[in-house]
This record gives sequence, structure tokens and C-alpha cells, in this order.
Amino acid sequence: MKRETRHSGVFTRRALLLMGGQVALLGGLAAKLYQVQVVEGRRYATLANENRISARMIAPPRGRILDRYGTPIAGSRINWRALLIAEQANHIPSTLDAFSRIVPLGEYERARIDREINRRRRFIPVMVREFLSWDDMARIEVNAPDLPGILVDVGTTRIYPFAEQLAHIVGYVAPPNEADVADDPLLALPGLRIGRAGMEKFHDLALRGRAGSVQLEVNAVGRVIRELDRVEGVQGEDVGLTIDAGLQRAVIDRLGDESASAVVMDCRNGEILAMATNPSFDPSLFNAGVSQAQWVEWTRDRRTPLINKATSGLYAPGSTFKMSVAIAGLEAKVISPNERIDCPGFYDLGDTRFHCWKKGGHGGVDLRNGIKLSCDVYFYEVARRVGIDRIAAMSRRLGLGVELELDLPGQRTGLIPTRDWRQSKGKLWNIGDTIVSGIGQGYIQVTPLQLATFTARLASGRVVQPHLTRRLGGALQPGHNPEDWPPLAVPERMLNMIREGMWSVVNEQSGTAPQAKLPDPKVAMAGKTGSSQVRRVSREMRESGTFDSEKLPWEYRPHALFVAFAPYDQPRYAMSVVVEHGNSGAGMAAPIARDIMAIVLQRDPANRTDPPPAQLAEVKR
Amino acid sequence: MMERRLWREASFDLTGKILSINWIFVGLLCALAGVGYTALYSAAGGSPDPYAFRHALRFCFGAVLMLGIALIDIRFIAKLSWLAYAVGVGLLIAVLRMGHVGKGAQRWIDLGGLQIQPSELMKLALILALASWFHRASWERIGNPLFLIPPILAILVPVGLILKEPNLGTAMITAMLGGAVFFAAGVRWWKFVLVAIPIPFAAQFAYAHLHDYQRARIDTFLHPENDPLGAGYNIIQSKIALGSGGLWGKGYLQGTQGHLDFLPEKQTDFIFTMIGEEFGLVGALAVMGLLCVIVLGGMLIALRCRHQFGRLVALGVSVNFFLYVFVNIAMVMGAIPVGGVPLPLVSHGGSAMITVMLGMGVLMSVHVHRNVEFGGSDDDR
Repeated sequence: MKRETRHSGVFTRRALLLMGGQVALLGGLAAKLYQVQVVEGRRYATLANENRISARMIAPPRGRILDRYGTPIAGSRINWRALLIAEQANHIPSTLDAFSRIVPLGEYERARIDREINRRRRFIPVMVREFLSWDDMARIEVNAPDLPGILVDVGTTRIYPFAEQLAHIVGYVAPPNEADVADDPLLALPGLRIGRAGMEKFHDLALRGRAGSVQLEVNAVGRVIRELDRVEGVQGEDVGLTIDAGLQRAVIDRLGDESASAVVMDCRNGEILAMATNPSFDPSLFNAGVSQAQWVEWTRDRRTPLINKATSGLYAPGSTFKMSVAIAGLEAKVISPNERIDCPGFYDLGDTRFHCWKKGGHGGVDLRNGIKLSCDVYFYEVARRVGIDRIAAMSRRLGLGVELELDLPGQRTGLIPTRDWRQSKGKLWNIGDTIVSGIGQGYIQVTPLQLATFTARLASGRVVQPHLTRRLGGALQPGHNPEDWPPLAVPERMLNMIREGMWSVVNEQSGTAPQAKLPDPKVAMAGKTGSSQVRRVSREMRESGTFDSEKLPWEYRPHALFVAFAPYDQPRYAMSVVVEHGNSGAGMAAPIARDIMAIVLQRDPANRTDPPPAQLAEVKR
Repeated sequence: MMERRLWREASFDLTGKILSINWIFVGLLCALAGVGYTALYSAAGGSPDPYAFRHALRFCFGAVLMLGIALIDIRFIAKLSWLAYAVGVGLLIAVLRMGHVGKGAQRWIDLGGLQIQPSELMKLALILALASWFHRASWERIGNPLFLIPPILAILVPVGLILKEPNLGTAMITAMLGGAVFFAAGVRWWKFVLVAIPIPFAAQFAYAHLHDYQRARIDTFLHPENDPLGAGYNIIQSKIALGSGGLWGKGYLQGTQGHLDFLPEKQTDFIFTMIGEEFGLVGALAVMGLLCVIVLGGMLIALRCRHQFGRLVALGVSVNFFLYVFVNIAMVMGAIPVGGVPLPLVSHGGSAMITVMLGMGVLMSVHVHRNVEFGGSDDDR
């Protein structure tokens, strides 16, 4: 008995020890459990929610871009897409083969689809084909039983009803790149586009709208279990432009095949009614991605379809610059309007002889005739008296060679030279440079939009800034009122002298552009021609008498310019027309300006709130 | 002599045996299986299919098996000890030769449609073999180191075979289980210390020879955050599930981690996490309390037994059960490296259920036959 006690006594002791150990270990686990579940519980609860809740954004519809009458010039259209959900297809290649029999898929497309299927989870749809026609969509739906896994879905795509007519103003949208996505996570949504040029770019944030969001409960592999919460987004705002789309169409029509640009502006408030550049491109091509061949064609075209000539084309203003020189002279009191300067057909300065465009000369020329006849010698002399710095200062006040407050990305500034500018290049200003500047040649470079602004300021006497945005989300924007713009600090008396000169250019038979007279005798247009050389005319060519710019190769011919405003007695519309290598302002640009102005006056967009009747867009030649 | 006659003459028939079964203990096991049913019902997303119903069926089968074994005379079971041991070793060898490879280790063997893990059966056989070895040992013989060599070998052979599968976790549990029986049998303290000293060195040596997946498991345990989507994923997601359950839990069938499949193997190894997520610390501690009561209940059966064989067997089965519980719960909390150890009677899985219930049957047989005359060493006479 003693031995048994000894044996079981040891066992009992050790078993109790083990039991104590077991309880202690389980107690340790309980303590650890308390730490995980209670002490650190809040942190883990957050992690659990992060695990299961996936916030996704809903793309808001992009705002439209409208013309001044509310005609859509950029909108969204329904885009039928065929998607493939891999896990619902029994055999993916055979589904795609069947699909190819309805809508042929190229080898390249098949490779892309295979790649995306392999990369994504099997329940995430892969785009097979977008921009399906209604017929294709219907045939896919009818054949749905043969197409397991194929799903037809509706998305949106950007459309531009006016295509190339407004391409440079509206711009275009394209898929965002990674840097864009870092700025706004909304852009990561499939199918979302970002404005890349024009108004689409300038007003991108307003057009984009605010993303809605949906909180989804997802499982470990990302499959959506249910929707927890949904916040609808805010649709992008509509942007109303100052453009009259019908007028824009008529202007483009009138420019025809020329490599040219024309800007029509409300001269009292700077609203751009039409801004045409020719040739152009179809912005919707950027939506799906531009082909290499198309891109090469555009970039190799010497008529530069991708460049907005109105804001980015730089030209010597030629004789259209003379008004600026004249006002500078009047303001500096170095000339008086009635003073006559003799034009023998040339102007000698030291050893250099500067020619007037008219070989025999104009004889005695006063200010009015100087403008009317576009006498070069008159302006050589005025320029010499005023000096380049005062010419430059006046030109800038009038909107030439400065950056305009234009709401369109990509404008160029051009150049009005000064002594300081020349010095900054390490060269000395030459008096000869001043002389050629007097007729808008030499270093001077301006854009057609600057010329139109310049004309609008001359005509209205206000420092208007050209702009394209009239309404944002329906609200009229500041700037549509003439009183929004400060007066030009030039005495009205001087401006009237200039305006009268411009009137005579068109309305007197001896003017340089009598052919620009409007068909309606009750309304008068004032204007000024310009022909700017792109190449120096050599003395030999001039003296041999064989100089005929018509016979030059296209790219060496002078540019043809015309600036105008109308009606003369109550200026409302200002315009510039620049025809690249059009040879003669009077011969090429003036008739175009006349025809456009006739339409403008008929349509009268500045005084009209509803779109004018369709026949007012007809071009009468 | 009086006592012996008393037992022989008493009406120790079938009815008496059935009445002497520890029904309270059986009730505890049923409660635990009920916890398993509840958790598995939730793991299936609120459905008895595919886990909970089969779990209940298996438990019923296991319960019948347990009660059947409970009625078998413990002395008869003792006679089969070494046979069971031999069969266990044979199965371990068989699994090495033709077992299924799962997760980089050969662990499972197919016996006529029933997939079993021989290492689990081996643990029970080892308990029986060691108990019968020490049952006849006198105090003096236990003190003799030579006497300890055969049982040490009896531990090392299956441990080595299980290591070769390779299944580090079960091998360690088996070795600890053997150690516990040695300890309870009265082997001197200093001998354990002697064995324990070289273990760190052996561990270092072993680490160098571990399989990549085993090493990954240990590395993951030490630094789970280094690989949140890879090997550390299970532990991190399990801790998130437990932690987000908080004090009171998210409510039955409301666990997001489990129901949205963030929690891996929620119906097997991580079933405790599921309970902790849905019933909170309170529910988890309640289940741990039940497990603790079952372990201590088994130990009490050992203490009340009047023969050494029964004492050692009951202690071995209880310790084995405890080790399952401890390793599983510590594992889901990230306190020890993950190893495929289920929570007994709660986790889904047929093999584990059957082996656990076999062990419980033997434990119950010890209880029923705690007072039988069972000649052991002279010390017990």
C-alpha cells in the first residue's frame, strides 16, 4: 500500500503540475486574445473595413460645349461596347471566333483581348470592341446564345458635330496619362477622357464635373457583394462660347482651300464670334487615338492643319500696321493730319533707298491719303520721326505683340521690336530697322487674333480682350458688357482720323481695296490691306522689272492680309483675314473679308439671342 | 485481497458500465461539437451545407465509437498497445511511400475512401505503448537510465517518421506528448533538463535543414508584416478578424472577414478566428473555457484512476487534446508559427474528428475501468 501511494503520489503531484501549466498557458492565450480583441480592437476593426469596403467612383457625364445660341458643338454620345466576361465564357477562343463572324476582329485586336483577359481577374469585363453601330449591336444581341460571356454595354464618347470647323477652338479629349491620374483619381475610371487642347482643356475642370462614389462591399478576390452607399456625382458644367457656329461654318466655307485664318470679333466687348483656321482636323479622331499615318499626314502638311493660325500663326502685319504708326505719330505730335509728305516712289536714308510699293510715287500725301493709298514713303517718314520705341508702345496698347487675355491655351505673343530688345540680342538698333517697321515689316510679327483685337480697339476705342467663354453653367461671364472694358487712352479725335482713312481704303475708288465695298450701299465697311513679304525682294529682281510675286513658288509668295470693321458709323464687328502666301491683301484677303462681313452683318450675332435662319449662313460670292 | 474480491464479485455488467460512464464529460464533448456546428454553419455562409451537417454526422459516428470503446475493458486495450504502436509505425511508413502530397508534405493516406492522417493515430498508439511500458515499471526501474532507452526509442521512431513527411508541428507535438507521459510516470527532473539542453542547438541545425515552406512559416511568424499578401496573409487576416470582433463580436453570421473570404481556411484551422470575430472576446473566452474544462476533466479522470496504465493513458489523451487546443489558438492569434493543427471537435475534417473521438473513447474506458484490478509493477500491488 505504501508503494502504491508512492507511485500515485508522484503521479498526482506531476499531473497537478501539468494541469497548472495547462491552465497557465490557456490563461496566457486568453490574455493575448484580450490584447488583440480589445486593446488593439479598434485598429483591427478599421483594417477589417478597409478590407471589405471598396469605394469606387462613378464618372459624371462631361459637360457640353455650346455656341452662343446653345447649339452643341461638343457633346457626349452613347457608345455601344461589347465586353467579354471571361468566367462566363465556356471557351473564350470559340466565343471570340463566333463574335468575329458578326463583327470581324483583327489579329491585333485579338492579341490585345487575350492580353487583357490574362491580366485581369476572370469576372472583370474586358472590352472587345467599342463604337459598335446599332446594327452590329442588334446582331450581337440576337446571337447572344452563341456568344457566352459577351455582354453589350453602353458608355459615352465625345462627339463634335462641327468636326473640323471648330476643331481648334473646341480642342479635343484623350485618355489621361499617369501624371493626370495622380492629380485626380477620377481620371483613373475606365473610358474617362481629359481635355487636351482648346476649350476642352481650358475648361476641363468645369466640364469634368465631380465624381460620384459608390461604396461596395467586396470579398477577398474583389468580387462585389453588395452596394453599401451611393453618392451621385455632379454633371460637368456646360460651357457656352461666344462663337456663332453658323457664322463659323460660313467663314470656313469662304476660306475655301486657302491656307488661311479669319477672326470675327464683337469690337465692343471682344467676344470672338468666329475664329476660323484652314485647313483643320477632325477632333473626334483623338477620342479613339490617332493613327500613325494620320499623324504623319498632318505634321507633314505645309498648310499645318494642327496649328491654330489665328492664335499661333505669326505674320508680319505689313501695311495693316500703318494705323499703329500713324496714331503713334499723332500722339507724339510729330505729324499733323494735314501735313503733306512728298512721295517720289522711294525714300533715301543715307546710302539706303527704301521703295514705295507704287513705282512712280504718290506725290504729296497727308494722313488720310497715306492710309487710303497705303503710301509706304509717308509711313517711312512718320516712323523715322516717332522712333521705334513709341511705335512699339502704341502697338502694344492696341493689342499687337502682347499676350492677350485669351481663354484658349496655346496663343503666341509675336514680337514688336524695340531698341532694348535689339540690345538684349547683342545688336544695335539700326535706323533702317525703324523705317521698315513703319510699314509693318522687319522684325514685327503678330497673330491674326492680335490684328482683329487691334482693329476692334481702333474701332471701339476700348481695350477689349478677345475671349471665347460667354456662359459657364448657364451664367453669363463678365466681359460681355462693353462697359467691362476700359477706354483706350487715345483721343477719339485721333481715332476718327484713322477710321476715316480706313473708310476711304474701301469706299473711295482710289483706295487700295475698293473691291471690299459691301454689297449693301446703306452699310459701310472700313478696312486696311496688307501684304507681307516672307522673303526679301532683291534689288536685281525689283530693277529688272520681272518681279512678279504670282510667279514665285507658293511658299515664297507674300501673305495677304486685311483688317476691317463695320458698320463704319457705329462700329460693331471687327475682323482680320490672313491668307498665307495669298500674294495681295487687296486682291485675295479683301474680297474674303467683304463676303464674311456681309454675312456677319446679316446674321448680326451681337444683337441676336436666337440662332439666325439657316439661309443667313449662305456665302454669296 | 478484500478489495480485489469486491470488484470481481460486484455486478460490473454492461448496464453498470454504461451507468459508470462519465456522462458529464460526454455532455461537455457534445457541447463542444455543438460549438463546432454553430461555427461551421456560419462558415458556410449560414447553411448546414457543406460543413456543419457533415460535422454533426461525423460527431454522432465518433460518439458511438467513443462509447463503444468506453465499454471495452481497459486491460484488453492495454494488451493491444504494442500492436497499435506497430500498426501506427506501419501506416507512417506507408504514408511516406504512397501518401498524398498536400502543401508540400505527405500526410494523408487513403484507407478505403477514408482519408486519415497516420500521425494522429500514431499519437494515440504512442500513448498506449508508453503507458503499458511504464505500467509495469517499478520506481527503481524508472530510475534506471537503461530502462528509459526503449521508450525513448519508441518516441523517436514515429517522431522521425513524421519529421520526414515532413510535418514539423505534429512531430514536435508528438515529442512533447511523449515527454509529458515520461514526466507523469515519474522520470526525474534532471533527466528532462539533460534532454532540453541540446534542443536550441538541434533547432539551429534543424532550421538549416528545413524545407523552404517550413522556413517561410517561421520567418513569417517572426515578421508577418514583411509579406502581407504572401505567407503572412493568413496570420494578418486572422488577427484582423479577431481584433475587429472586439469585446462582443459582430454578431452571428455577421463576420465580414470570414464571410467575404478574407479569412483563409476558416472552416478548418481558422475556425476559432471565425468564432472570435462573430462572438467577440466574450464568445472566444467561453469556448476557451469549455476547452479548458474538457482538458481538466480528462486530467481528473487520470487522477481518479487507480492503476498506472489508466492514469498515464488518460493523462496522455488529455495532454494531447490540450496541445491541439493550445497550438491551434496560439496559431490563429499569431503567437506561434502556423501549422495545420485543427481545433478538436470544432474544425471541419473527418480524420481529426475520428482520431480525437478514438482517444476520448480510450479515456472514457479508463474512467469506466478506473477501479479494476490491473496488476502493474510491484509498487502498485
